Amino acid sequence: MAISKVFPDATAALAGQLRDGMTIMSGGFGLCGIPEALILAIRESGVRDLTVISNNAGIDGVGLGVLLETRQIRKMISSYVGENATFAKQYLANELEIEFNPQGTLAERIRAGGAGIPAFFTATGYGTQIAEGKETREFDGRHYVMERGLFADLALVHAWKGDTEGNLVYRMTARNFNPMMATAAKVTVAQVEHLVEPGEIDPDQIHTPGIFVKRLIKLGHAEKRIEKRTVRERSA
Amino acid sequence: MPWTRDEMAAKAAAELQDGFYVNLGIGIPTLVANHIPEGVTIQLQSENGMLGMGPFPYEGEEDADLINAGKQTVTTLPSTSFFDSAQSFAMIRGGHIDISILGALQVTENGDLANWMVPGKMVKGMGGAMDLVAGVKRVVVLMEHTAKGEPKILKECTLPLTGKEVVAKIITDLAVFEVDRDSTPGLILVEHAPDVTIEQIRAQTEAEFLVAN
Repeated sequence: MAISKVFPDATAALAGQLRDGMTIMSGGFGLCGIPEALILAIRESGVRDLTVISNNAGIDGVGLGVLLETRQIRKMISSYVGENATFAKQYLANELEIEFNPQGTLAERIRAGGAGIPAFFTATGYGTQIAEGKETREFDGRHYVMERGLFADLALVHAWKGDTEGNLVYRMTARNFNPMMATAAKVTVAQVEHLVEPGEIDPDQIHTPGIFVKRLIKLGHAEKRIEKRTVRERSA
Repeated sequence: MPWTRDEMAAKAAAELQDGFYVNLGIGIPTLVANHIPEGVTIQLQSENGMLGMGPFPYEGEEDADLINAGKQTVTTLPSTSFFDSAQSFAMIRGGHIDISILGALQVTENGDLANWMVPGKMVKGMGGAMDLVAGVKRVVVLMEHTAKGEPKILKECTLPLTGKEVVAKIITDLAVFEVDRDSTPGLILVEHAPDVTIEQIRAQTEAEFLVAN
């Protein structure tokens, strides 16, 4: 029988996987589909000087915001960080490094890294400061910028359902960056809302095959936050 | 007098054709969804991984797993599909989205666009804007004509660019311009708000423009 991928909690799942200066990918868009339990375990570990690849940086007190408060992050690679006051403060004080990537370029860099593709060309950012210092090439009369694939030491992802083999299913827009990140690290740890036995998920419905997932935990109570609750009036 | 924000949104909505796949930016562009012409059915794309975006939910029906690119709660439609961020930007970068309507800080007569950073201020990041302007078939800018009295339609952008030669049309509270890169100057005024004169528009526009017949 193979060694079990299922760990009792986030701290156990990250044991032996953390070291200062490492690069970590963290899934989610805003607060949607973020690996909150795993992020909290990173905070408890005290690991420092992290480079974190994540589309956003959480908000104060939630998501990656907690690792900014403890100053465990040295550098962020993100596309948009506008919702976090701690981030702004540390950035303006030169305590935090940021590398902005266009969102689609970030997604593709991660996809490419996980797929063994070291670089690719995109028209995104040509003629802007994003292209400065990067190789450009013309294909069929259009200009493109070379971007590198990204591969991390550790990826943290959130899924709706997973089986004990590590097969994962995401739910609605909580999918976002999680599937690519699951493929683009030496070790991927998933937190799942529902843990089931192999065979209980229709193989045709699996988004991330278990080969990409080394460890997983089942969340107890998953508190999912809404960043901008917006509703419409019921007509009378 | 200048057009209202809703009148501007209605002008932009006239760009939408039946069957279009559409990405709307935040700000005035979100109002475009309220002005879709009769007989036109479109699908809204949200770059966080959703095509066929429905309206905001009723109170009590919000779902934390179902948000738009502005992080607001939304709903599904019978046509909805979900996908990951790489596939979302394959749609965008790959030219599968018909039109993007977005705001701008500055635009030039050759279609250069700046809308993501102001040096000296906290930079929040470009999000998906650079991918949208590089990949979507037609980019329409919807914005106020000036900012604190300063022109926003310029000969050259002074702010860092989001994209070079990407804008096809500019709709402001004063006027509508087509961007024609084969024309000199490249801007062609095709419509203006009632009781606003061409001279008034020239006074508030740094770039040169032609006036369509």
